[in-house]
Amino acid sequence: MGNKQTIFTQAQLDAYQDCTFFTRKEILRLFDRYRDLAPQLVPLDYTGKPAVTLPYELIGSMPELKDNPFRQRIAEVFSENGDGNMTLDDFLDMFSVLSEMAPRDLKAYYAFKIYDFNNDDYICKSDLEKTVNKLTRNELTAEEVNLVCDKVIYEADVDNDGKLSLEDFQHMIIRAPDFLSPCRSSPFSDTVSSRGAHLQDWANRSSKKCGAFLMCFLNL
Amino acid sequence: MPQHEKPTTVKGNDGSDVDNEEGSAAENEENVKGTDKVGKRATPRTRRGHARGRTRHGDEEDEDDEDGTRRTGYRRHRNRRGRGRAAGNEGSDSDVDPAKARKNQANQKSKDDDEEEEDEKGGKSGKGKGEKKQDKKPDKKGKKEKANKKKKDKKKSGSGSDSDSEEEMITEEELAKLKEEVEEKKKLIATLRNKPWKMKKKLSVLKEAQLFVEKFEGALGKGKGKKFYAYKVMMTKKWMKFQRDFENFKTACIPWEMKIKEIESHFGSSVASYFIFLRWMYGINMILFGLTFGLVMVPEALMGKPYGSLPRKTVPRAEEATAMNFATLWDFSGFAQYSVLFYGYYNNQRTIGWLKFRMPLSYFLVGVGTIGYSFIIVIRTMARNANEEGGGDDTSFNFSWKMFTSWDYLIGNPETADNKFASITTSFKEAIVEEQESRKEENIHLTRFLRVLANFLALCTLAGSGYLIFFVVRRSQKFALEGLENYGWWERNEVNMVMSLLGMFCPTLFDVISSLENYHPRIALRWQLGRIFALFLGNLYTFIIALMDEINLKLEEEKIVKYNMTIWEASLYNGTIPENSTAPPIQVDPADVPRGPCWETMVGQEFVRLTVSDTMTTYITILIGDFLRAVFVRFFNYCWCWDLEYGFPSYSEFDISGNVLGLIFNQGMIWMGSFYAPCLPAINVFRLHTSMYLQCWAVMCCNVPQERVFKASRSNNFYMAMLLFILFLSTLPAVYTIVSIPPSFDCGPFSGKTRMFEVISETLEHDFPSWFGKVFGYASNPGLILPFILLMVLSIYYLNATSKSYKEANLELKKKLQTSRRK
Repeated sequence: MGNKQTIFTQAQLDAYQDCTFFTRKEILRLFDRYRDLAPQLVPLDYTGKPAVTLPYELIGSMPELKDNPFRQRIAEVFSENGDGNMTLDDFLDMFSVLSEMAPRDLKAYYAFKIYDFNNDDYICKSDLEKTVNKLTRNELTAEEVNLVCDKVIYEADVDNDGKLSLEDFQHMIIRAPDFLSPCRSSPFSDTVSSRGAHLQDWANRSSKKCGAFLMCFLNL
Repeated sequence: MPQHEKPTTVKGNDGSDVDNEEGSAAENEENVKGTDKVGKRATPRTRRGHARGRTRHGDEEDEDDEDGTRRTGYRRHRNRRGRGRAAGNEGSDSDVDPAKARKNQANQKSKDDDEEEEDEKGGKSGKGKGEKKQDKKPDKKGKKEKANKKKKDKKKSGSGSDSDSEEEMITEEELAKLKEEVEEKKKLIATLRNKPWKMKKKLSVLKEAQLFVEKFEGALGKGKGKKFYAYKVMMTKKWMKFQRDFENFKTACIPWEMKIKEIESHFGSSVASYFIFLRWMYGINMILFGLTFGLVMVPEALMGKPYGSLPRKTVPRAEEATAMNFATLWDFSGFAQYSVLFYGYYNNQRTIGWLKFRMPLSYFLVGVGTIGYSFIIVIRTMARNANEEGGGDDTSFNFSWKMFTSWDYLIGNPETADNKFASITTSFKEAIVEEQESRKEENIHLTRFLRVLANFLALCTLAGSGYLIFFVVRRSQKFALEGLENYGWWERNEVNMVMSLLGMFCPTLFDVISSLENYHPRIALRWQLGRIFALFLGNLYTFIIALMDEINLKLEEEKIVKYNMTIWEASLYNGTIPENSTAPPIQVDPADVPRGPCWETMVGQEFVRLTVSDTMTTYITILIGDFLRAVFVRFFNYCWCWDLEYGFPSYSEFDISGNVLGLIFNQGMIWMGSFYAPCLPAINVFRLHTSMYLQCWAVMCCNVPQERVFKASRSNNFYMAMLLFILFLSTLPAVYTIVSIPPSFDCGPFSGKTRMFEVISETLEHDFPSWFGKVFGYASNPGLILPFILLMVLSIYYLNATSKSYKEANLELKKKLQTSRRK
């Protein structure tokens, strides 16, 4: 890398390193990822803090998020004004929280926000229903969904008000054996380099089940 | 009380003094307004004057009375100052106050976050800060009072020059407070990334905190420790920078990180966990390799006697013709056998080279050290994993966890995502069904019957494979007795081939059997792992028992050879110098000297061969089972009568359990054999390195994501437990041979001793002072060791009991919590 990069000043990079869980190299790589989404929009010089915002359509098409049922929510939670459009700062923020270095408490806080679809600071039954439907792609019947939601509220609602507050949620989620991994994301997987993503698309079109096969075959 | 006015003003001045001190720091930044500067210049003189005045005053006045007024003075001043601050907050942007207000905000953590965010949205930050200011004020006052009380105590103890010291105290106190604040800012900077704020806010907070720290760090160093403090600050800055660079460097140094991430994004975390495990094993083997290579092989190669100088270092005459053939070398005999790769090559000379390197001792200690190191590292990792897992064992949040944590955020592949959706749906359905039918369970008898049947079948398979290996090993002994030359390739490699084939086919058989049982995939994986584990273990132990038989045979043979040797030597001497037996022995070419069978090298060779053939089988399985199959399915799908991709052959899935167990057992063989073949860790490092690349390629190229995608986070310690078990089992035979079988008389570093561990007592005798040997002798006395073991057992029992009681208490609390919230 050396000192060649002119995208950020040293102070900016240091500040980003203090505010995220990333190293310098990773921040630059994330910037590249961000820029790859819309090369014509994002300038190569960020020392002047240009006000660039990428629309949700572009963010949501990233391979990390593309298959995630909650991608819209994630983008909304991390974007500055809640509409899913993201500046570079928001982008870094999002991956910092999703990275495996982030502590559980932080993840739990953001997970709560993600699952709180109507932004009323409580996860109520309608939020739960939405979550179940997104997770199962509407495969469960209404009764089943209802039962599951009731069970969840019965289990996790400590103060018995019929909805989950942030405290309830944290109490429940911190104990989950799998929680450390679920919020981990791999922003640096290569599927993500433009070449990989392009090939993946191509492979998807050619045959559904041989996607992985083809992709790596060509990557050789 | 006119006199009492004086102290009040003094106090006021003092306070302004402090304010000015803050200002003086600001002045360094050239941020301060002119008026402040004037005030500052004015103060020192006045301060001194007041101090003098106060000294006089303190001499005259009654102490308690003065204290009382002073306190009120304090308060008054404090109020004034606070008001001034608030005003400054609302009015202008003085440099200090917003930063302080920020700090206050930071103190009230996440609970206030929502409020703060509202503030930010509204842009009415001034109001919010003002409120907080007021919250803070009483607190500050309280602090002051406390400080005053302290002062009172002090005053009671010493009177005369107290006011002077008091003045010192005040600045010191302020300094301490400032220091505290700076520390807090620093802490804030360090933990900023953990705050759930938007990046913009984080950046601005960071900037202000940094400014604050920079500004006041210089001011803090007033007085005696100034230089030291500045130095300390500078060093901490440098240290932080170094740490950050080092952190950057460290993350760049983790090998294969990108490869694993790539796999993770395609196949989910369970497949990636295998590769992470592989990488971990690679690290351990690197260290084992470093130990054996650096402390055993290299010294022997550099400083030991060269090849051909001793019988044990020379290929015997009969084998010389074929010793360089590839087939021989591939079999690890010939020149490979008589090299540093195997135990037999090492000489029993106590020290070698100009370094006086204790070769036999080093050999022994490295052998023990590798095992000890492996134990420590496995147990440490297990403990850490257990800590991380925490108390995730209760099932009270079954549905909630399913809902909120079942999605694997690592999935970046549509196909895997499809499978994941399906598996989540089924898991929900299963949970619902379980919930509804937890009372009925009509099919319980059928399932029970099927499970018993499955276990019976698995046991049969295990017994059959055990018998097969036993049979084959027996047969190979017969072949070996009759001479291998009469037999073909198959007879020679029968044992290895049969073991590899069993390892290949039995797991699939178990898979079929386990489909009878109808367990949840995670439990099914456990069963599968357990069965394959038993299979491998049985195979390994049959192999070892057969090896033991062979060792006994070799020991018998050795006796005969020893007897023959004496006859041969006698005949040698008889022929030439019959009377002078003390004369130097006659020069015989070392290749012609008859030699014993050297069972240690034989054992080492067996393990090396087994490892190599195991590696080969794995690679060939990958190439044929995965790659060729994928190629066939992919390209013949165009001209085939049914859909190959979705139909019968399909693409293969990555078999996590089989691969993990293969890795673990391979490691077990390394642990067992590395004492007799120092090259084994090197071979294993090579194997792991290549298999990392090959398997990464194979999994990305020819495998499809599993249909039952599940997360592997909990199985991690399960793997570790198996590894520990295998480590224990593989040390058993190694330690048994070291302790209870006499080493060969004419090869290896321990030749000439009755037991291998005698090298320790020999070293104690020669290299340590005599008292040390005595102490060691006492310490190894059974009278001391037995009580020590007893003590250890008792302490283990005690710790176990306490941990159990803690667990129970935990459970009790959990129950209480549940009952209390159900009310």
